[in-house]
Amino acid sequence: MRFKNYSKLSPFFLAAALGGVIAMAQMAPEMKIEPQPTVKAKRGGPATVTLKVSLPAGFHANSNKPTEPNLIPLVLKWTGGPLENGAITYPKPVMETYGFTAGKPISVVTGAFDIVTKFNVPATATPGPTAQTGTLRYQACNDRMCFPPKTVNVNVTVSVE
Amino acid sequence: MNFGPNAVQPGRFFILLAIIAGGAVILSTAPRILDNIGARSNRPVGKAVKDDKDRHKAPDFELKDADGKVVHLSDYKGKVVLLDFWATWCGPCGIEIPWFTEFQRKYKDRGFTVLGVSMDDGGWKDVKPYVADHKINYQIVLGDDKTSDQYGDVEALPTTFVIDREGRVASVHVGLTDKKDFDDAIQKLL
Repeated sequence: MRFKNYSKLSPFFLAAALGGVIAMAQMAPEMKIEPQPTVKAKRGGPATVTLKVSLPAGFHANSNKPTEPNLIPLVLKWTGGPLENGAITYPKPVMETYGFTAGKPISVVTGAFDIVTKFNVPATATPGPTAQTGTLRYQACNDRMCFPPKTVNVNVTVSVE
Repeated sequence: MNFGPNAVQPGRFFILLAIIAGGAVILSTAPRILDNIGARSNRPVGKAVKDDKDRHKAPDFELKDADGKVVHLSDYKGKVVLLDFWATWCGPCGIEIPWFTEFQRKYKDRGFTVLGVSMDDGGWKDVKPYVADHKINYQIVLGDDKTSDQYGDVEALPTTFVIDREGRVASVHVGLTDKKDFDDAIQKLL
């Protein structure tokens, strides 16, 4: 099998790849939460859950304290599970300007970041594996367009001891 | 397989194979992607106003304005319409809105209007103050999923359609666009 004229084919596929990349850059970005290792939670003690979150390159989401009142903040809500009184620490935002901010920096998160929650484990919690559940709401943009707010489910395996 | 002196070497063969594989993946997902950005023949993306023969009818809709009055796109037949999907939380939208306010003022007596479709889930409690603060002088209606789907599942905001006097889509603009591109499109249709 001979491929003498392979160089004539490659520009076509390169154009297809570039076109696909450009097209995909305009699709709504997904905020991803890495699968968590099981959190060990001793009854009567504290337990910390660290969510490792990321956004694709080229996109940003408003931080938990946006600079403008009409911007939709990043919000983590814990909705179920044995752990109580969660104190959430959001990532330190970055102040960035974009083409649409008229030179005014806005408070955003980008790339990979952690959201940490410190819980109490009730002394009466039932021992064994269970789940701590919640939701993470975000609204993301790139430098030219914005996408509707989205909510992702959070599910962390907890082992109560 | 012949790797003789006139044939491609193994290293280049695998590079070619990788390009072909990548192209196949891209091409297999391209139709959905192209639909998302309106690059199909019925919804072209870009600055140019489509040739007459390539314009397709803009879907009619039934949406409500701030007074609860039902508004149809067909109410504006005979006018050039700039139909803007936007939201109060959309920064790039906020850059374009003053341009649209200017176009409304400048061209309304020549048979032109802007119609803003807000995609705010919070509804009028969020939209009304924004309209007042930004002195928006054109009609705003609240959008819904049905209308978004009719216009190609509008997700990126702003997405703006310029519609000719016959109710056909003449151009589509996804994301923050140059003011001149809108002005050129409007003037071509007036």
